[in-house]
Amino acid sequence: MKMIEAKKLIFEYIRRDEEGNVESIDKALDEISLDIEKGDFVAILGHNGSGKSTLAKQINAILMPTEGTLYVNGMDTKEEDKLWDIRQSAGMVFQNPDNQIIATVVEEDVGFGPENLGVPTEEIWKRVEKSLRAVGMYEYRDHSPNKLSGGQKQRVAIAGIMAMKPQCIVLDEPTAMLDPDGRKEVIRTIRELNKEEKVTVLLITHYMEEVIHADKVIVMDDGKVVMQGTPREIFSRVEELKRYRMDVPQITELAYELKQKGMPLPDGILTIEEFTEAMKRLEQ
Amino acid sequence: MAIILDKLDYVYSPGTAYEKHALKNINLVINDGEFIGIIGHTGSGKSTLIQHMNGLVKATGGTVYYNGADIYDEDYKLKDLRTKVGLVFQYPEHQLFETTVLKDVQFGPKNLGLPPLEVDLRAYDALKQVGIGDDLIDASPFELSGGQKRRVAIAGVLAMKPEVLILDEPTAGLDPKGRDEILDQIAKIHKEQKITVILVSHSMEDVAKYVDRIIVMNHGEAVYDGAPKEVFAHYKELEQIGLAAPQVTYAMHALRDAGIPVTTDATTVEEARDAILAWYREEKK
Repeated sequence: MKMIEAKKLIFEYIRRDEEGNVESIDKALDEISLDIEKGDFVAILGHNGSGKSTLAKQINAILMPTEGTLYVNGMDTKEEDKLWDIRQSAGMVFQNPDNQIIATVVEEDVGFGPENLGVPTEEIWKRVEKSLRAVGMYEYRDHSPNKLSGGQKQRVAIAGIMAMKPQCIVLDEPTAMLDPDGRKEVIRTIRELNKEEKVTVLLITHYMEEVIHADKVIVMDDGKVVMQGTPREIFSRVEELKRYRMDVPQITELAYELKQKGMPLPDGILTIEEFTEAMKRLEQ
Repeated sequence: MAIILDKLDYVYSPGTAYEKHALKNINLVINDGEFIGIIGHTGSGKSTLIQHMNGLVKATGGTVYYNGADIYDEDYKLKDLRTKVGLVFQYPEHQLFETTVLKDVQFGPKNLGLPPLEVDLRAYDALKQVGIGDDLIDASPFELSGGQKRRVAIAGVLAMKPEVLILDEPTAGLDPKGRDEILDQIAKIHKEQKITVILVSHSMEDVAKYVDRIIVMNHGEAVYDGAPKEVFAHYKELEQIGLAAPQVTYAMHALRDAGIPVTTDATTVEEARDAILAWYREEKK
């Protein structure tokens, strides 16, 4: 089953002057076609301005396609009467945790979403408890969100989305403002939700080490999907990635540079363990 | 001798329920022309420390000397200190407010009361240093990309001609290329202008690549202070305080544990590559 299906999706930002005449047209998404299966963990890479966030906003129907079609859970995002169903299917988590938290107590914040969906009170509390346990924040349920660390706040934001029972979560650089500890917490939480709760995950990020566990990596540049594949396939193409202003994990780069210098190492090494194994084989 | 922090202590909200000992007996000498990295997890005291260096926060104990003068002396001009020690905050682009890029960068030197010609020269020069071209100087700062905005904000501080430039996580939220561009430009400014640069960062890889000296903060104390190689040799202790060494340092230790006799002090990809090649060439003989 497909969670997300884009068919030649085009989106143009149209800038108008004071009289309403078109001043300029920016093609933020240029004929994007892609399929994301239910239950997949998909990472989207791309430099600032490559169209990643615009794509994320399409999935949540915050923006509509200029041309082409986007299906979320089988629903066309252009159908206005499906808007709420689409938003409930695909929840969104943004970069800045401080902009997403609205209540003064953690559990009330998490309950806000389902309450707005008209979920009965008893069911809301069940969901709040389950979501907070899933992100490992249950013991903070009666705390004030202001006193939490960035990583903890972001996990509360994720719990708030989980409480709405989406089938898919889109996370737009959720770790960009966090320190290394906070980043690990959030990524661990997202991976668990994907594995345990079978939620489809779409992770937009700049951090290459967050991508290596994904089922599929999509690289965007200039509004287009320019690379698609497993992390290993993608990170085997070091030069191409650099051309799209992307990086590779340090260990991948080290193996690549050694190979350039004539050492017979395999392409696309992603972890220190793989690297050590490959080096041991060289020694024998 | 530039900056001396002498027995520096800082307690937030003393005597209240929120009392927090943010800095504990910090003794550091920041020499002229150094390129220093400050690392530590969130809440370790990094930002509080740098705010003491330009007198934004007054210590509750100990003192700060700038070029031999005690900055807490009654007749010391703190305003002068703040032009000499330039501080670039986190997400500095949020502080852009003028209608054009040029005006925004001119704002600082103009407020120093400099003649208009000097203000212009400094603004153009600062923008050039951060790589903002002439085509952008009349644009609204809000039309720029995230990386460009941040460079304009840094130019605003550079236009004050500081002797010490302190940057609090200047690459947070930027893409890899934008991150490298900013750090390369800072390294170039350090080299060409011979100013002292202090970089607060969460990225061990960046710190290892650019700085000469690392100061590690934990619970308000400076727990390590030395060259990257010396500091990252303590990678196990660093992990206990929520930090880590660059990934290549771990790789070198893993190789050695697997019986491959390489040196383990590499902190950058280049160093690791050279160390492994040295072993490999020996092995092939």
